[in-house]
Amino acid sequence: MNPRMTRPGGIGVHTPLIDGIDKVTGRAKYTADIAAPGALVGRILRSPHPHALIVSIDTSAAQALDGVHAVCTGDDTPVPFGVLPIAENEYPLARGKVRYRGDPVAAVAAVDEATAERALAAIVVEYEVLPALTTVKAAMKPGAPAIHDDKPNNVLREVHAEFGDTTAGFAEADLVREKNFTFAEVNHAHMELNATLAEYDIERDGVTLHTTTQVPYYVHLKVAACLQIEESQVRVIKPFLGGGFGARTECLHFEIIAALLARRARGTVRLLQTREETFLAHRGRPWTAVKMKIGLKSDGRITALALEATQAGGAYAGYGIITILYTGALMHGIYDIPAIKHDAWRVYTNTPPCGAQRGHGTVDTRAAFEALLTDMAEELGLDGFAVRQKNLLPQLPYRTMYAQNVLSYGLPECLEKVKAASGWNERKGRMPKGRGLGLACSHFVSGTSTPKHWTGEPHATVQLRLDFDGGVTLFTGAADIGQGSSTMAAQCAAEVLDIALERIRVISSDSAVTPKDNGSYSSRVTFMVGRASIAAATELRALLVKAAAGRLKAHEADIEVRDEVYCVRDSDQTGLTWIETVRAAMVDSGAVTVKGTYTCPPEFQGDKKIRGSAIGATMGFCYAAQVVEASVDELTGKVTAHKVWVAVDVGRALNPLSVEGQTQGGVWMGLGQALSEATVYDDGRMMHGNLLDYRVPTMAESPDIEVFIVESVDPNGPFGAKEASEGMLAGILPALREAVQEAAGVDCDTFPLSPDRIVELLDTKEAAAARAARSAKETA
Amino acid sequence: MPKRLLTLSVNGREHTVAAADGALLIEVLRDALQLTGTKQGCDGGECGACTVLVDDRPRLACSTLAVQVEGKRVETVEGLAKHGRLSRVQQAFHEKLGAQCGFCTPGMVMASEALLRSNPDPTVEQIKTALAGNLCRCTGYVKIIESVQAAAAATEAAQ
Repeated sequence: MNPRMTRPGGIGVHTPLIDGIDKVTGRAKYTADIAAPGALVGRILRSPHPHALIVSIDTSAAQALDGVHAVCTGDDTPVPFGVLPIAENEYPLARGKVRYRGDPVAAVAAVDEATAERALAAIVVEYEVLPALTTVKAAMKPGAPAIHDDKPNNVLREVHAEFGDTTAGFAEADLVREKNFTFAEVNHAHMELNATLAEYDIERDGVTLHTTTQVPYYVHLKVAACLQIEESQVRVIKPFLGGGFGARTECLHFEIIAALLARRARGTVRLLQTREETFLAHRGRPWTAVKMKIGLKSDGRITALALEATQAGGAYAGYGIITILYTGALMHGIYDIPAIKHDAWRVYTNTPPCGAQRGHGTVDTRAAFEALLTDMAEELGLDGFAVRQKNLLPQLPYRTMYAQNVLSYGLPECLEKVKAASGWNERKGRMPKGRGLGLACSHFVSGTSTPKHWTGEPHATVQLRLDFDGGVTLFTGAADIGQGSSTMAAQCAAEVLDIALERIRVISSDSAVTPKDNGSYSSRVTFMVGRASIAAATELRALLVKAAAGRLKAHEADIEVRDEVYCVRDSDQTGLTWIETVRAAMVDSGAVTVKGTYTCPPEFQGDKKIRGSAIGATMGFCYAAQVVEASVDELTGKVTAHKVWVAVDVGRALNPLSVEGQTQGGVWMGLGQALSEATVYDDGRMMHGNLLDYRVPTMAESPDIEVFIVESVDPNGPFGAKEASEGMLAGILPALREAVQEAAGVDCDTFPLSPDRIVELLDTKEAAAARAARSAKETA
Repeated sequence: MPKRLLTLSVNGREHTVAAADGALLIEVLRDALQLTGTKQGCDGGECGACTVLVDDRPRLACSTLAVQVEGKRVETVEGLAKHGRLSRVQQAFHEKLGAQCGFCTPGMVMASEALLRSNPDPTVEQIKTALAGNLCRCTGYVKIIESVQAAAAATEAAQ
């Protein structure tokens, strides 16, 4: 169905979020805002050591305190959890061993904050301290103690894969270069602190959770598993959520701890996490070392690529196996590369666990690839745009060596847009002193089409209910985390039904009410939930057309729907209004409920013969090209981004306002990683656990980001749409590096491009120039 | 901790609350008055999400003692919409997508309101300076700046 593209609130039209008014008025209730009179205060006791055996825990004094209603330790949590069924090795409260400084050891629920504090102080834990392995180097050193017994070398997963013949590819190349890049660990720093409100459910001997999650369904599964109760005894509700960016795409320890405390106390427990604890829960993008090798013909054609990636993954498995596979999975699908070799190591370290962060696993290797490609293009005297255009996918459909299908590909147009907008041809290489331009491309999946749990269910389900008042209620498990998924689902249904957006109310993310959804991660929601919403609305529309045909005594095929009026095509007969049609549909049936689902076809789910190809398998890629203009202060080394031109191929912009906002946010989050963001641990002690030491760019340091939307209209996407919030993130890192090269004449291969690093490079350059001048003078 | 009665003017109404001497304004607003629009996003003074107005000037409610604002006019995000109409700043943040997840929004809206009261027609640089203490992790700030500009334009048009 082709959208009309002009209807207010419809597809293709700038549409404010349907819950925007709640947000600007302060009415929106986030987890910490929910009233719970008499709730107990939950607190967590955390390990002071990055690596230690727990010899004993004595909670008797804490239990004996007046006002303490529950004390829990690892003895109460015998079941481990983790987001991947094949790697569940984390306990809600540590059992026998702690593996990072901040690992939860015990928890209390008490009548107030002060009592909870006293109770924590009264818990006595005896540790036997082990060597802390806080870096990849320390953890991989032969003879290092094992952080987990089942991985004596501290490597969670090694990946070795080759597609095509890279040896032949490099032999055929005119220029082969290899370079090492290092990327600091970063954190999502979502604005809302982690929090859970857990309520004991007397009727079911279970728990009801309001919690800060992107994946209510995964929380539901893990809370039931760790409390050793049935899933029917758990209810999970996600209230308004203050961002996620991947931090909340797995059940986290505090959510299970709150549930444990509530059950033990047989009451309601409010567990609020500080910013420091929110940083400790982490799940950010890991420290990554990348060795990148590319072969090029002299005309810029890529002949082969080989990369090695090593990640310091932190103390537990989490998403690690997927993250490390992603370092290679998205080397495919953006350029036509005949041979790709991928070797990678995911390493355990005694630091807070890493996880999924926007651009999951793909960002650092994409940045390294684009950076090296830029360097090699310059060495060959080729333009950055020309070398990328030389390697575009040759035809559609295109199937990658990794079994990914590309059916829509707007990258060529993205390149043209940002080349023109940035004035590249006129300005590159001719920038004023201290200024530079940089270019890069990137992409990301529109949802992973292989589910983590093989249940055989559809990937998404949406229900619609139509009742006497003419209102349509849309039920979805999709977690709106600020990205606007509820608005998207409503727009899709409104477009199909041809009704005003205001007629639709969205009820989302309450396991007692809404159909299950896997959650908001891997940019899956627009594609999958959008399709399910369209399917449900299509069914509802058919019912309404049938009812109208009956009332108008016409054939269903002759019924035309326009602006909420159902009439007979080419007839003078008065049509039915929306409410008349609704009432006609309700005769004999009462309130109408329909369901729509979406399942990714098997040919989009990777190839079982290719190990790991479930990761990176998707219905389609979002593509982006961007140019950044930046300057470097030669005295302080400070890099300033002044302007970004970014073009994104989102298939179809269901809501151009949201696409712009998501794209700007994605570029900007990458810019933070490029400019200033980094976690810092001193012998396992977190040094960055606040928003002053963890430096996210402020408004004063943030550039204008101009967005150009490219619509390649994917044949499978909802109205042709693909994802619109991750694909543009990675490109800003190498683009900024290139701008700095032009501005200051230094190659910074370590991210972030912080002032100290740039100053050091400038000093080294100056010293080399002075030496060269001296030796030239001596020779003369 | 001993408590005493404080009389606070919040959103144009007088409230008498029992508060400990060390009670922070954010605690009184959120816990005693149930004005949960004011958000806590950090461990104190880092993020700006708790920005409220005290006598028209922006203040961090997490770093202000409740006793300090006795006898002063406190305004929170809940007080901006009047007679079922959004304020110009709120309207602009809604229409221009100045709010994505919405968590920083109450603080952003209040800081913007304070700016426009003192400077009805700010430049982009003035907006950036005024809001540099308010962190947002969703928008990259571009649409927030556009929201403030739109609110300024709407205010000018109305005058």
